[in-house]
Formats: sequence, C-alpha cells, structure tokens
Amino acid sequence: MEESIDKSQALAAQFAAVEAILAKNNHDPSRMIPILQEIQDVQKYLSKDVINYVASALKVPASRVYGVATFYAHFSLSPKGRHILRICDGTACHVKKSHATLEMLSKKLGLTDDKRTTDDLMFTVELVSCLGTCGLAPVVVIDDEVHGQSTPATVEAIIDDIIAKENAAKAEQGK
Amino acid sequence: MADSRKLTVNGREIEFTDERNLLEVIRQAGIDLPTFCYHSELSIYGACRLCLVEVTQNGRTMVMAACSTAPAPGMVIQTETKELREMRKISVELLLANHNTECPTCVRSSSRALQNIARRLGVAEVRYKKLQPEEMEPLDLSSPSLQRDPNKCIKCGDCVRVCSEIQGVGAIYFTNRGSNAKITTAFDAPIAGTECVNCGQCAAVCPTGALTAKQDSPRVWEALYDKSKTVVVQVAPAVRVALGEHFGAQPGENVAGKLVTALKLMGFKYVYDTSFTADMTIFEEATEFLGRVSNGGTLPLFTSCCPAWVRYMELYYPDMLANLSSCRSPQAMFGAVAKKVLPEQLGVKREDLVVVSIMPCTAKKYEAQLDKFKVDGQPEVDIVITTDEVGRMINSLGIHLSELAPSAFDMPMGFATGAGVIFGASGGVMEAALRYAAEKLENKTLENVDFVAVRGMSARKEATVHLGGMDIKVAVVHGLAQAKELLEDIRAGRANYHFVEVMACPGGCISGAGQPIGATNAIRKKRQQGLYTADKAHQVQKSQDNYLVTRCYEEHLGGHPGSHEAHELLHTHYQNRGQIFEAKVPVMRGTADKRLPVTVTVCDDGDCAGAKLVDQIAAHIKAMNLADRVDLDAAVASRKPAGLCVSVGDHVVEGGEPAAAIEEIKKAIDSGVASL
Repeated sequence: MEESIDKSQALAAQFAAVEAILAKNNHDPSRMIPILQEIQDVQKYLSKDVINYVASALKVPASRVYGVATFYAHFSLSPKGRHILRICDGTACHVKKSHATLEMLSKKLGLTDDKRTTDDLMFTVELVSCLGTCGLAPVVVIDDEVHGQSTPATVEAIIDDIIAKENAAKAEQGK
Repeated sequence: MADSRKLTVNGREIEFTDERNLLEVIRQAGIDLPTFCYHSELSIYGACRLCLVEVTQNGRTMVMAACSTAPAPGMVIQTETKELREMRKISVELLLANHNTECPTCVRSSSRALQNIARRLGVAEVRYKKLQPEEMEPLDLSSPSLQRDPNKCIKCGDCVRVCSEIQGVGAIYFTNRGSNAKITTAFDAPIAGTECVNCGQCAAVCPTGALTAKQDSPRVWEALYDKSKTVVVQVAPAVRVALGEHFGAQPGENVAGKLVTALKLMGFKYVYDTSFTADMTIFEEATEFLGRVSNGGTLPLFTSCCPAWVRYMELYYPDMLANLSSCRSPQAMFGAVAKKVLPEQLGVKREDLVVVSIMPCTAKKYEAQLDKFKVDGQPEVDIVITTDEVGRMINSLGIHLSELAPSAFDMPMGFATGAGVIFGASGGVMEAALRYAAEKLENKTLENVDFVAVRGMSARKEATVHLGGMDIKVAVVHGLAQAKELLEDIRAGRANYHFVEVMACPGGCISGAGQPIGATNAIRKKRQQGLYTADKAHQVQKSQDNYLVTRCYEEHLGGHPGSHEAHELLHTHYQNRGQIFEAKVPVMRGTADKRLPVTVTVCDDGDCAGAKLVDQIAAHIKAMNLADRVDLDAAVASRKPAGLCVSVGDHVVEGGEPAAAIEEIKKAIDSGVASL
C-alpha cells in the first residue's frame, strides 16, 4: 500500500507539470489548443484526468475540452507507444502500396484498425494523410525520421533494429 | 430607391428597426420561415440551412441564411423560389436520413418540429441511405430526469447552446468530427454522472426526440391500477397555466379545475395543490430569513425551491452553500407532510400510499429520488410526471380537457393562497416572501400585496423594500448563467443583497422542461400573467393567511414555523459535489463487490492538508482491515484554494482543522463500510 501512495504522489506530480504548462499560458481558455499540444508532447496522450484538470483550471466545461480533443486527429485520448510509425496513405503513397507495409506491421505487432498501440507501449502505428513528400512515395515516418521508397522489408528491418536496441537496454538495466 | 430603413420581401416593402437579422424581419412580416437551430434567446448558429432566402443587394443576388444575415436598407428578398424550395427539401431529406424516424412511438411526436417541417415542405420521400440498425448507438437512460437518444439527434446544437449560454453549465458539447460528430458529454459518459443539473432546457429546445424528459407515466398507471394502493397527487402551480396548450387553449389559461376533474377520472383518490406547501415554504423560508437578519446570520439568503439551482450550487459554489435556505422545495415538503399526515387521515398504511407529483420540471424527478428524501428506502414522493406526460395521459383517456366541468382541489392540502400560486413565475417566491416579511416587520396588515418590481422577464430584477425601519435589498434571477453572474458579483463585492431568488428556467417554472414544448418569451409572459391573474382570483393573497397551513402546524408541525418538527420534515441539508470536476488519482482499490468510495481533495504540489490526510486515511483503512472494501482516490484540484474536502460515500467532511476532520472521517468510513 505504501507503494500505492508513492504511485499516487507520482501521479499527482504529473498534474504539477500540467499546471506549469497552464501557468505558462496564463490559464487562458483561448489558448486551449496550444496547452493541449504541449501536454501531449510531454505525456504522449491526453488522459481523462488531464482533460478534467485542464477544463476546471481554464474554467470551461470538460465536455468542451473533450470536444476539441476529439475534433483534431492530432490529439490522442489513449496512451501512445514510445516509437511512433506514421504510414503515409496519401494518393501517391497509396498507389505505391503503402497498405502492404501497414498489413505487415499489423500482423507483426498484433494491431488492428481499432488497436493502434502495442500492449507493451513500444509501438504506435498510424495511417496519415499526405506528408507532402510524394516524390519519395511510399513514405513512412519513424520517430520523426522520414524513410522514403519504403517497402515492408525495409520497414521491418528498422523496427527489428529498434526492438533489438530496446531489449539490449532492458538487459543492461537488469544487470 | 427604398427608404433608409426599408427593404423588400417578396415584392412587399417592409420597415425594420433594430432586428438582429433578416429572419426576425421576415417573420415580423408574417412569413414563418422554417428553422431548427434558431432560438431568439440563443446565439446564432446558422447550421440547419432551412431559413435560406435569396438576397439581392447592390446588383448581386445570393442565397443566404436569413438568421445570420443582418438586414440592410434596400435589400430585395425572395423567400420562395424553385431553387430555395429544392434546397430546403434536400436539407430536410438529409436530416431525416440521419435521424432514427420512429414517429408513432416517439414521445415528441405531438410537437416534433422535424415532422412538421418535412410535411410543410412537402418532403414525400427520403432518397438518401437511412441510418442503419447496426449504426445505432445505445440510449443514455442513466439520468432520473432526461433520456438521450443519439440516433435521433440532427446536430442542430440547440441543446449545446442552451446548456452553456442560458444555464452556464455546458454538460454536453459537439465531439468528434465530420460524419462521426456527436453531441455528448465529456468522454461520452452517462449524463447522470456529469455536472448536468437536470433542468432539461436542452430537451425543451430539442426539435427532435433526441433529448426528452424521462417518462414515468407508465409507473403512474401501474399504481392507479393496483387496488391495494391509495394514489394521491399534487399539482405544481405552473402546470395549470400551460397544460391547456395541449388541448388548444391559449397559454396562460388556468385549467386547474378541469385538471382536477380529469385526474379524478383517471383514478386518483385525492388531488392536492403544491401551492399549499408553497405557502408552507414561505412560513419556513421567510422565518429563516427574518431570523438571519435579526441574528446576523449568513446573508444573502438564496431560495432553494429549484432543484436544478440547488444542484448547481452544490457543484459550482460549495463554499456558498451556507447561503442557501435549508428549506426543502414545495414538492419535497408536500411529500414529507403527505406521508406523515395522510396515512392516519385516510386510514391507509404508509406503504400503501402512493404520492405522485405533476411538475413543470424535469429536475423534480431527480430531486424526488435523492436519498435524503427517502424514509426507510421509500421516497416521500413516489413518482414525478411532467405537465406534458399528464397531458398525454388525459389524451389516452379519450376525454377532452376543455369539455370537463371544473372541480375543486381536495382539502386540506388543496387550499392555497395567491402567494403560493405565483411560485411558478420568476419573482413569485420573492414576492410571496415579501408579503410575509412585510407584515412581520411592520406589525400591521399589508394592504397592497403587489411587489411588481420582481415580476416579469428582465434578466436581473432588483428592488429595495423599506420594511420595519430597514432597507431590504432583494434580487431575482432566472437562468443559471444569470445566477452565476450574480454570484460572481456578490463574491467580488460588486453587489450586495439580503435575499435572492433563483430559478433555473427562463421565466421560472412556467417554462420548465416538463411544460408543453415551444415556449417563446411571448408564451412565457402569458403563462406568468395567468398565474398573477390566479393570484387575484384567490380569496387570500398572503401565505400567512392560509389557515389550513396554520392548522397543519398546530396539529403536526410543532405549532410554529422553525419548530423542531418543522425542521425534521421541511428542511434539508446540502452536499458539496465539487469533486466531480477534479482529476482522480487512485490510491487504493478494494476487491469486494460493494466498496465505499472515499475521495480526498489534494493540491497538485502534494504539500497540503489533503495529501497528509490521504496517508492518515490509508493507514486507518489498513489498520481496520478494510482495504478490500474501500476505494480511496485523491482528487487533484485545480481550483484554488482547494480547502479540506473529503467525501466518504455521500457524506462530505469539509473545512476546519485536519486533526478534527480525521476523527470524523474515520467514523464515517467505519460506519460507511458497515452499512454497505
């Protein structure tokens, strides 16, 4: 139970971080979107409690913050993985078979249309509209790095590499 | 060239003055353009595209939405062209395609705007793909007051705007985007767990059956058909001046007598008037007020008749709950008195007595099911139905209200004064209380009983009344957004009153969400006028002259207002519900089926009385071996100062010193777990 109290204090501390972002934006309700963006940058997603907290701090109804957060595809209301893969599905990438990469990843990582993040929170795979680099189609962005003319094989090699590195880091920690 | 304040509508020259938009000008010209999303008291949204008109100005012709176009001199407007007719029809067809059309079984079928407009525009078929069964979403039946059917929603946003603009609540909002857009609560949660105050104004403006009052009339029929039950009914003041609209009467026409006859035909044993306990409310509340004035008690005193307003205070201003009168609402007073007095008077067992309320209100349904208004688990008011519901019950009997001979309410609880009847209009409670206070403070008979300054539809009504050598400052507001403004003025010291009346609905109970749909300010004024006319028609106008209330005090309520017995039956307590807005962090989770929720408000820096209490409470739970049966949450408050606030089940411990509080909390946890 002491553990659970520590954990709750850690959770409470997370609101201190949110509070700092709110203070930086003067608790100004018209800055709701930048506030949510900053929070998501830090916490990777917007939790229910964070939305409630932001709403009462900005003195707006929680339904409105929820409405804004669900309107924009940019905001996520569920936790995201440590590594984010964005598969471009714009016209150019689509005709160059971006879906083959998506299928490979879904199968390899056990993901579906509704389940975009792996249970171990290692990967999130997203299908996005045009990334504006059609000359490189099909494009996959992995952790903010653009990979052009990708194939299922090249993408699989990259994520295998990531998995290997994570496992190595974990083994290192274990020692 | 037209005159500077003139424009042309369908070839006819129309004068305009300060109308906000073309729609108002055109409607004043006698042309009723169809609309879904336009309500004169709400902001303009321009979503339904039904008020489209052709506007020619400066040589250019455009199709515009009349609601969101300002009138300008010289405009030439056509409201009916082939193109406009087609566009409107397509809009309605698209709405119908998106709407789960089940008109014959829909409670709103008598008043449904969508149905009427479709018929008016001659929509003979819907060419688009209809909402499919597999696309249907579940209904939200969580609330005791309202039910939500997302499949009937046409996203006009009327409910969203009334909730935030008129009521200052905002429990629902537009969520998601495009074809997935949905009007719902935060996190799409059941509405009962949100900050919804149950006023139902969302349902009152909803043009479809997406938001409706919870239907309780089937339970009333069941009770009436049960031979072992004695069913009595109370009728709220505002019902009598609106119910007639169901049967073709003018708004404001008083149909109380005919309603009594109809209720007797249905099988109600006795029909009483809530105005009786409204008079009783004045005895208690005015006594409470005079007591606070002479003893230096907390002022201003706020009225507590309106359960939506009471919940609003519990949610948003828990620090000011001491200002709220401890008097129950007239409905709750009636329930308590009826269940105490009637079993003996009528010779029935308490458990065989069914008390039904007919209310203009959806929040009263919520109020009646609160634990604090139950005795041994049985509610004092068993079933609450709305004006609308009773109208449909009468319809189903096959009788026509207007043809019935009037009957009188049953005695003693059917005897009311004019002061009790005007409770249904904004300002009515204040006026009734002033009639009482004036005689008590002046020690002489009040001749002119009219306090007209508190009547009418103005947003905030203020008056200073000179009584007994004192200047009593009063204020009356209706609509919770107005109440919020007033509370903020009081907090900031910008306003100062002795006594404040608040009603959640615009114009008071006469336009509650249980009333016939489609109230405009003109209709509200007529209903209010109906009550003031009824006031004059009563033999007595002052609550204190209700000799049957006085007799009730003598026989059952300790002889005088404010007595111990009166406090037991006629007063109540309030609960800080502010934790609903706080972010919850789980500290301990039990595993038993039934668990006691304990929530401690803490600050985000973790260095506060609340954080220390969390440790102490957790230690206590562990020491007592209760860990399996308690859920302990820390609620992180963004509202500062958070102050000490711990809820244990329904019991809230707040303010004061942590050292004293922890003992009360421990006791509450022990007894709370024991009674799970």
